[in-house]
Amino acid sequence: MSLVARHLEASGIPTVIIGSALDIVEHCGVPRFVFSDFPLGNPCGHPWDKDMQTETVRLALHVLETATAPRTTVRSPFAWRANDPEWRERYNRVLPEDRERLLAIGDARRRSFGQAPRAKPPK
Amino acid sequence: MQDHDSGRPVPYMQRTRNYYRALGYTKDYVWARNDDVPFVHLAKPVSAMTVGLICTAGPGDRSHRDKRNRPHVWSGLVASPPDSFDTDLAWDKESTHTDDRETFLPIDAAGRLIADRTLGALAPRFHTAPTGYSQKKTTERDAPEILRRLKEDKADAAILTAL
Repeated sequence: MSLVARHLEASGIPTVIIGSALDIVEHCGVPRFVFSDFPLGNPCGHPWDKDMQTETVRLALHVLETATAPRTTVRSPFAWRANDPEWRERYNRVLPEDRERLLAIGDARRRSFGQAPRAKPPK
Repeated sequence: MQDHDSGRPVPYMQRTRNYYRALGYTKDYVWARNDDVPFVHLAKPVSAMTVGLICTAGPGDRSHRDKRNRPHVWSGLVASPPDSFDTDLAWDKESTHTDDRETFLPIDAAGRLIADRTLGALAPRFHTAPTGYSQKKTTERDAPEILRRLKEDKADAAILTAL
């Protein structure tokens, strides 16, 4: 998405991204970014919370209008659910007991893309 | 790395590297990195602008995918978006859900901002941007196609929302 924003901006269309992967977006470098510090999947606000969604888009429009230089990042004032403080460690976590299960997922994925099976791990 | 409940943003690049290594991949993905970032100043206020919406989810009937399941740029009408969306992408399926379209394609939220005169108008179409592995396909095929469609719709600016 960051690459699309860069292409549009370079072609004269001003852009603002609303997203949750701060490190990836800033690594790429984009003109304007509203950072929603939520689990990946709901950048515009909590599900079914119309007020939060409206205010998030309002913030994006404000950033669009007021940013004066590229790499402008503004953090949304909204937080993820207070009753789920563990969410930050959940996405793509790798636990020791998951090792065989994850390797099997990788094998299935490689098969689905017609790729060779993985190299055997060193003994 | 300690990012447990620390309030610090999740280190997604490191998490993703670790995860794919655990899946058995030996070559890390290299994310795009740029020193220069383009920037254009607005020619008019947002309240007088037509804005195009771009998301990463496609229609629920998966008509944005070819026979080999590869996604391509797809456009839908903001006046009649699909009833369901294909959100078969990388997001935190354990922590949340994507049952509410407005969390990733804020058509109704934008409508409320048009009603209160914060925003001029929405372009008639929203667009789905593929999120493939290939940065070359994104920059040489998909992004130019989205630009063409935005110009066709006379969009002055774009809001991009990434699942």
